[in-house]
Amino acid sequence: MLLVEDGLGICVVHLSLSLSLSLSLSLSGAGGGGNDVQWCFSQVKGAIDDDVAEADIISTVEFNHSGELLATGDKGGRVVIFQQEPENKSQPQCRGEYNVYSTFQSHEPEFDYLKSLEIEEKINKIRWLPQKNAAQFLLSTNDKTIKLWKISERDKRPEGYNLKEEDGRYRDPTTVTTLRVPVFRPMDLMVEASPRRVFANAHTYHINSISVNSDYETYLSADDLRVNLWHLEITDRSFNIVDIKPANMEELTEVITATEFHPNQCNTFVYSSSKGTIRLCDMRESALCDKHSKLFEEPEDPSNRSFFSEIISSISDVKFSHNGRYMMTRDYLSVKIWDLNMESRPVETYQVHEYLRSKLCSLYENDCIFDKFECCWNGNDSVVMTGSYNNFFRMFDRGQKKDVTLEASRESSKPRAVLKPRKVSAGGKRKKDEISVDSLDFNKKILHTAWHPQENIIAVATTNNLYIFQDKLN
Amino acid sequence: MYGRYCSSIVSSAENPVSRRSRKQQLESKMAGADGDDSLYPIAVLIDELRNEDVQLRLNSIKKLSTIALALGVERTRTELLPFLTDTIYDEDEVLLALAEQLGSFTALVGGPDFVYCLLPPLESLATVEETVVRDKAVESLRKISHEHSPVDLEVHFEPLVKRLASGDWFTSRTSACGLFSVCYPRVSSTVKAEIRQHFRTLCSDDTPMVRRAAASKLGEFAKVLELDYVKSDIIPLFTTLASDEQDSVRLLAVEACVSIAQLLPQEDLEALVMPTLRQAAEDKSWRVRYMVADKFSELQKAVGPEITKNDLVPAFQNLLKDCEAEVRAAAANKVKEFCENLPDDSKENIIMSHILPCVKELVSDTNQHVKSALASVIMGLSTILGKDDTIEHLLPLFLAQLKDECPEVRLNIISNLDCVNEVIGIRQLSQSLLPAIVELAEDAKWRVRLAIIEYMPLLAGQLGVEFFDEKLNSLCMAWLVDHVYAIREAATCNLMKLVEKFGAEWAQNTIVPKVVAMANDPNYLHRMTTLFCINALSEACGQDITTKQMLPIVLKMSGDQVANVRFNVAKSLQKIGPVLESTALQAEVKPVLEKLATDQDMDVKYFAQEAISVLALA
Repeated sequence: MLLVEDGLGICVVHLSLSLSLSLSLSLSGAGGGGNDVQWCFSQVKGAIDDDVAEADIISTVEFNHSGELLATGDKGGRVVIFQQEPENKSQPQCRGEYNVYSTFQSHEPEFDYLKSLEIEEKINKIRWLPQKNAAQFLLSTNDKTIKLWKISERDKRPEGYNLKEEDGRYRDPTTVTTLRVPVFRPMDLMVEASPRRVFANAHTYHINSISVNSDYETYLSADDLRVNLWHLEITDRSFNIVDIKPANMEELTEVITATEFHPNQCNTFVYSSSKGTIRLCDMRESALCDKHSKLFEEPEDPSNRSFFSEIISSISDVKFSHNGRYMMTRDYLSVKIWDLNMESRPVETYQVHEYLRSKLCSLYENDCIFDKFECCWNGNDSVVMTGSYNNFFRMFDRGQKKDVTLEASRESSKPRAVLKPRKVSAGGKRKKDEISVDSLDFNKKILHTAWHPQENIIAVATTNNLYIFQDKLN
Repeated sequence: MYGRYCSSIVSSAENPVSRRSRKQQLESKMAGADGDDSLYPIAVLIDELRNEDVQLRLNSIKKLSTIALALGVERTRTELLPFLTDTIYDEDEVLLALAEQLGSFTALVGGPDFVYCLLPPLESLATVEETVVRDKAVESLRKISHEHSPVDLEVHFEPLVKRLASGDWFTSRTSACGLFSVCYPRVSSTVKAEIRQHFRTLCSDDTPMVRRAAASKLGEFAKVLELDYVKSDIIPLFTTLASDEQDSVRLLAVEACVSIAQLLPQEDLEALVMPTLRQAAEDKSWRVRYMVADKFSELQKAVGPEITKNDLVPAFQNLLKDCEAEVRAAAANKVKEFCENLPDDSKENIIMSHILPCVKELVSDTNQHVKSALASVIMGLSTILGKDDTIEHLLPLFLAQLKDECPEVRLNIISNLDCVNEVIGIRQLSQSLLPAIVELAEDAKWRVRLAIIEYMPLLAGQLGVEFFDEKLNSLCMAWLVDHVYAIREAATCNLMKLVEKFGAEWAQNTIVPKVVAMANDPNYLHRMTTLFCINALSEACGQDITTKQMLPIVLKMSGDQVANVRFNVAKSLQKIGPVLESTALQAEVKPVLEKLATDQDMDVKYFAQEAISVLALA
């Protein structure tokens, strides 16, 4: 992680941190502050008008392994890839911006005639493959079908026909007296996205996760009840490695909510459940991983028990840290960090929006309680980020035990404008600069965020806009 | 034709004058002949190399040799190959065809002296992401490597291997792994040292893809190395790969183990190979143990009888008792081969005291795949053990498996009856066999019924006509009225095979009357089955039976009220027509077909007319 080196900058940040820390500690008891990075606005993508087309709603955001490319998927089945421009020497404070590199329609709406089911084109997940040659590859999935896409550049094209002119007019064959072999000539760079494989018909329920294995040749896909293992080159068969479907569906008590492979142990993967547990499976032990090798579960706090306990403990996302030692889970109100060596409780717990605990009833009524927030790690696993309502997103600095609430909004979207930390009052007297819980807009939610694998650049998806923020360099 | 062109090209390469004159000839001919000339098709082929339609591009690539011939060796080298080198954006199937073509292009670029010209396009193909294309490019590179002179190999080929081996992307490095073994034997000792170094580097590559490629070529590379280097270089690499953190790499080391063990003298095996093999057989990952089980016969042959007795027998016992069903199934599949290849002096002892107890347990395994894998080989043990032991020890197992709850297990036993038949005769089994067959024949799953039908001709042959008539004939007839079409279809085919086995006379007495009787069945599907049976049986039964017994029935059915039956009558007549006596054809078949040709149903008309024209009755 890049730290702010400018003395003044650090000073300013610390001042505001300590201020907010002391304020919030004394008043609300919730932690405030943030990491030692001043986040500033870089770019915003997407339409400005408030009238949001359903198809434009962003449904997933993902950096590739170098961070040079950033992919988003939307409810209209499109994938948009942004590429980071090379750094501008004349403006060193302005790191390369992300510009559209390729846009393609990954999935189309379909109809399953056998089951009378409409299959939405919405992209549920995108995962980049480790780069294997000059081209880039990614997997995209909707509810049922996973596709492997190749994104490649072409800067040469062949020229010269024997029987026609370059513009397509035919020559008189009698004028052809010698054979011409076409020659490749340079042309404007063209980026092509082509579907290479379609992995279909393996999921009865909706696919919620895909994850590429560190062996570079397999990946897994998970739906509500099953996890399947695929070879990246074989589309006509997959192996079912987890199946939690009970013989009688009336006995169904939990579903799989997220699944991920360990970043470097090719035999290990985890899946989280709607009951708030995470199971770690070792594929070396047996071909079927119905028996987990570790079960991560925190005992429930009886004092917090309520009608909503089960719903809010459901895990919406699980992510391994880059070093593979930890994993992070997101439930409705909190982010938990687990050490893979300790199953009994998380090593860290961060409250994302504890002030909503008193609002669960209305959140249940407007269905917000079922929102699936995702979470992500920064490049060196020292900070985690996740979204909230009112276009707020939260960062938790693990080492310094500080957290910050930031907002992705048009108002603060001036170039290199520093994001002001936001505060929500938990009720009682509202301080200046604080936002009351009642005035939060629950329609503006940040479900999907991504962190550049090496640098302090983050991509935050509001409903139909993609915000890119980066740390202030000077 | 190809040979003739080659020779003309080689000669023109040697003699530029003749080449030029030939070109002038072509050109003058072209100018004079209104464009309708030999250049035109070639021009089309070249243009289609960049057609929008993949199929046309593919077609052109497949005729690349024609294009190259027309261009001549020089233009092929200077124009066509540079173009092809840049054609890596194309569809996989086009690239695959290109990679394949280039492997046999040597003559077209001017023979072995110029074969190095083929390296650039193949090099770029060896870096594409599609494994099939890369593999084909490597295959072609390996092929043309033999056509390089030793000098060219060092000047052109070996640098290409090095470039690939140190490429930025793992696709090129994986391709390099397959090329070391072909250049190693023919280069100088300094270059050999470099190649060994490159191979070592790739074996410890960061990406598992490359380590897998290296591991899979380890055995092949070991074969071309001098024995000292096998011991000093390959063995450490082998040991490292066999303890790689990724099980997908470790399992490939098992395969290498077979080749390496074959290269080493017996006295070195214990120290250099066995520790790794023992470790693999007890690997934490079931996939590695599976690989050991799967390669067990090869391993057994490679390490020889002594090590087999001391090490492999206990290892095999463990694999048969493995906690993972996949491993047990793979090991169960090898039971027969393993036993066959045991050293003669201790074969029986090892089987009886070590293998058979494990096999007995597998018969009642909890996993049906394990049981069915065992069932597919267990009968083979009877030839090894001989009559007495088979009756005493194996027969109870066969009988148990014939009663297994899983139909596949029973099927596998039945499908291998021939081995037992030779040793103890099938009668020993028939008491249990019959209920098993009957049960399978009536299984609720039609695929199971289908499978048992397919074994009927085999069973009929082994059990003899008498037993068959008594016990199985009724089953075969019952299948004809099965409610699944696939079963009825298979049943008719089965009848044909039975008739081929038992003869026309048998057919006349047992089959034909029953088939004919079905013609009066109230269900039109059954009436159609009669026709299908007649189609299948006519040839096997011969002219006499067909004309006298079957034809009248077919003709009678032409008045059926169901149109489907009527047009099948037309089709049947077309089918059996060639078998009939020609008088019957004219006198009986022709009027019926003519009548059907005026049927009010369109399909009946169509097939009747078709039959009339095929049988030339018009």
